Amino acid sequence: MNNAAAPTVVPVASKAPESSRVLKSLGRRTFNWFAGLGILFSLWWFGAYLIRANPATRHFADFGPIPTFQAFPELWSDGTIQNAITASGYRLGLGLLIAIAIGVPIGILLGRSRTFRELSNSPFQLLRMISPLSWEPIAVIVFVTWNQAIVFLIAVAAVWPVAFSTAAGLAKVDPAWFKVSRNLGAKPWHTLKQIIFPAIAFDILTGIRLALGVAWIVLVPAEFLGVTSGLGYSIEDARETLSYNHLTAMVLVIGIIGYMLDSACALAIKRYSWHRASN
Amino acid sequence: MAVRGVHIKIENLNHRYSAKGPVTFDRVNVEAGPGEALVVIGRSGCGKSTLLHILAGLLNPTSGTVHLDGTRVKGPSPRWVMMFQAPHLFPWMKVSQNVGIGLRFARWPEKKIRERVAEALSLVELEEHANDNVQDLSGGQQQRVALARSLVMEPELLLLDEPFSALDAFTRASLQKDVRSIAKRLGFNLMMVTHDIDEAVLMADRALVMAGAPGKIVHDLKIDLKDPREREDPEVQATRSRLMQIFHEAANSPSGGAERVVGHESVLETNPAVNL
Repeated sequence: MNNAAAPTVVPVASKAPESSRVLKSLGRRTFNWFAGLGILFSLWWFGAYLIRANPATRHFADFGPIPTFQAFPELWSDGTIQNAITASGYRLGLGLLIAIAIGVPIGILLGRSRTFRELSNSPFQLLRMISPLSWEPIAVIVFVTWNQAIVFLIAVAAVWPVAFSTAAGLAKVDPAWFKVSRNLGAKPWHTLKQIIFPAIAFDILTGIRLALGVAWIVLVPAEFLGVTSGLGYSIEDARETLSYNHLTAMVLVIGIIGYMLDSACALAIKRYSWHRASN
Repeated sequence: MAVRGVHIKIENLNHRYSAKGPVTFDRVNVEAGPGEALVVIGRSGCGKSTLLHILAGLLNPTSGTVHLDGTRVKGPSPRWVMMFQAPHLFPWMKVSQNVGIGLRFARWPEKKIRERVAEALSLVELEEHANDNVQDLSGGQQQRVALARSLVMEPELLLLDEPFSALDAFTRASLQKDVRSIAKRLGFNLMMVTHDIDEAVLMADRALVMAGAPGKIVHDLKIDLKDPREREDPEVQATRSRLMQIFHEAANSPSGGAERVVGHESVLETNPAVNL
């Protein structure tokens, strides 16, 4: 065949189309990010317009985006936003830390010990299915302060995603890594620190991300009662004083903070993941 | 690197995975001098890998003992290190970190770890890849990293469990040559399990043929060939044919060649090459 003998012209690979594709993709994603938010705010504005246009609902017009954004400087200057974030952040942080401190070892035990896994399966599944907020009356009786009770509720809500995600991560670990490390003289502590933790960092962080979402959902209603600080309290307080623009502003703050925390978790997952597909 | 060989003495080794389970192998006796390269060949299931795991201290024998220079093997040690069929590198670590992990377990100072890792990487010709992600390396390069990770411990005995079976023919040939040459240069013992007769001839000073159920060492063939060994060399070809014949005889015998154990023992006492 003549074709076989014909010289093949190999096109020289150029980096220009590659970089332009990356830029194009970045541009598209940025545009869509803002466009998505634009659609949300437009719908919000349109809803508020309908509320304002109807005489029966006009006095709820402060739920709209413009009064809400006007409330931000006021809430910031009197320290409402900062105080609420600090109080809620403390409860969320402490609750999550407790959940991680308990959930990760439980997850490792679940992943490593068949006896523990089989023994704990029924009680853990039962406890996991109890809505975290249903523990509130019991927590209020058991703990001295409401603050402690809320931290407990967050820990109860967050511990399961951390534990089960850690266990799932461990189940995927190549058993040969344990053999190799033992072969190279690793003590159990070395295996835990140098092999298990880095191997399942992705799964632990994914569990923490899920736990954060659950904890954030539990935090706000848990702060509706008993305490006089925090994001949940601020919403409840705004409702009672009929400051609807303050109420929506604080709801927006909850959304923004939650989004930022979730993004931080996503970044940490990317940073500590060694899986090729996720890089 | 200051490495030396070791005197291996395996006495009446017997193994079964559970009390009621079948005997994996029985009455295995092997003795080897410092720096000797031994290859164990045999069909799947005759207990070759189990034997290697016991030598590495990763499994306990049901009965019998393994002594290395008089020290009884009771668990893993940096003195006897095993290399597995797959590299099993830690993908979250760079090449140099993978190689130095054993020294880190042994709490070596970072400066010494760096020096020793550089030496080991130079032995396997991967100096330029020290800072690479192990996931970016080819299969052969990954197996070289695994080799460096074992060599960095300066083992007296390197145990190899079919370490090249997953590699392409060219990479396999190159690693076979390199591992034997490094072992001979540094003087440590090799004990390797393989299904590949060519590999056995190219790498070993002695080939132990295992057969039967339970497995037994039915032949011990001395391979006295000059280095470097080339596949096309007529002497290599002749040894290969002889080993293949022994292997087939052992495999086709109803008792796995067990009837020749008495002969085998006398062979061990004299010169196996002459008797076979």
